[in-house]
Amino acid sequence: MIDQIQKDMLKAVADLDSLPVGAYNIRADGQSAARNTTANIDIVTKTDKPGIDIIIRPGTKKESVHIPVVISQSGLKECVYNDFFVGEDCDVVIIAGCGIHNCGAGDSQHDGIHSFFVGKNSKVRYIEKHYGDGDGAGKRVMNPESVVELAEGAEMQMETTQIGGVDDTLRKTTARLAAGAKLIIREALLTEGDQRADTDFTVTLDGEGASADVVSRTVAKGRSTQHYTSRVIGNAPCTGHTECDSIIMDQAKVTAVPELTANDLDASLIHEAAIGKIAGEQLVKLMTLGLTEQEAEEQIISGFLR
Amino acid sequence: MLKLEHIGYEVEGNKEILHDINLELNDRFVAITGPNGGGKSTLAKIIAGILTPTEGRIWLDGEDITHLNITERARRGISYAFQQPVRFKGLRVRDLLGLAAGKTTGVTAACDMLSEVGLCARDYVDRELNDSLSGGEMKRIEIAMVLARGTKLSIFDEPEAGIDLWSFQNLIRVFEKMYEQTKGSILIISHQERILNIADRIIMIADGQVERMGTRDEILPALLSSTCKVLTDKME
Repeated sequence: MIDQIQKDMLKAVADLDSLPVGAYNIRADGQSAARNTTANIDIVTKTDKPGIDIIIRPGTKKESVHIPVVISQSGLKECVYNDFFVGEDCDVVIIAGCGIHNCGAGDSQHDGIHSFFVGKNSKVRYIEKHYGDGDGAGKRVMNPESVVELAEGAEMQMETTQIGGVDDTLRKTTARLAAGAKLIIREALLTEGDQRADTDFTVTLDGEGASADVVSRTVAKGRSTQHYTSRVIGNAPCTGHTECDSIIMDQAKVTAVPELTANDLDASLIHEAAIGKIAGEQLVKLMTLGLTEQEAEEQIISGFLR
Repeated sequence: MLKLEHIGYEVEGNKEILHDINLELNDRFVAITGPNGGGKSTLAKIIAGILTPTEGRIWLDGEDITHLNITERARRGISYAFQQPVRFKGLRVRDLLGLAAGKTTGVTAACDMLSEVGLCARDYVDRELNDSLSGGEMKRIEIAMVLARGTKLSIFDEPEAGIDLWSFQNLIRVFEKMYEQTKGSILIISHQERILNIADRIIMIADGQVERMGTRDEILPALLSSTCKVLTDKME
């Protein structure tokens, strides 16, 4: 059911050599290719639109869900809705990821809308990798959207990575946090050639003691363009921190737009943004260790995006 | 092993930083001293290939390395510890030590080098070389990288700068041990009497020229009596 190209993509986006342990749903070329549920994690196909509901029972701990998507059919366009209902007092890991291999002329596109409803005092770690390859003229387009709702005391850590190969992407994340909830986002993004990436974060801190820490590290090579927007809205005594740190190379263009809104006297919000080329002294240092300039550059970038 | 012939270095506007430096370094431990702004660091950078001399030639073990770049000189066995260590966002101590040690030595041995410079390897290997490390910690990691490389020529540009006095005592021991246990040569730029005191040969550079050079016994007593200020101005 899954061919070699799709297997390679699965390895790239989800580190999977074989079927994963625990719950999973593998989507290949617009179809569900494999699925497994556990006593605590159910996966149900939506009836009103494409996608699945992932239902995690209250109290589920140390379990994981893999939901990778691979596309190897040129010209395939899909929009998928995946909703995660995480009960109270859970501690789970969700591994998503999308790989597009396009060696044809038509654009291939995956729009994934992930909604997370995380119950009280639950902890979720969400890992998402996006990857594209194939030498066709058709573009590889991914528009991931994440909607996060964290109940009181819930915690979510999102680690999202897109290292090359995706021609066009709009990465949109909106989050709403109740009292004591905590959201950590770590984004790593690399664009090259004529690629374009737009990242848009909106985090609303509604409850007392809510906190958000959003850090995006990006590298823009070639003639690629990146546009980064982060909005943090503090409606209660809360803390919010966003950071956009970019390395710019060649003829690339990077824009960072921070927007902080405090609607409460005790909302403490910080934004940091830095855009700059690789420091010459960093290259020199690594060259004194015996690396060529090219190798030094690669080390600096891979460390920066780790 | 290292020979400098008529090395001159000028920057734009014909400002001369170094003038006709002629040196032959065959001793295992050579210290370069002299007043600030005298051209010591420029000379060290010229040896490492970071700066290209506007005049003269550099020879390493009989090979003319004047036009070799930094990488090529590093691969021929020249290491260089920066006076101001460079910070990297994302790269960890273990990454840099691994790169320094090369595939043959590995991280485990590099961790031993961290211990050599007085840092508990366990606490540091996974730290990023970013702003969270203090100047003194960065400096010790910088020295550890050179130890990890273990090349035939190790250049240290003011290793004592930014290191507290307690660490300085240990630093002296690092160089002593390096001298005793390795086969490589050490070239240290320093203002510190205690470092000069363990050198085989001392070169005094001022106003871009070699003002004096000789064995420790020939140079040090005169330095201590006449230019005490030069030796102590970094101690405060």
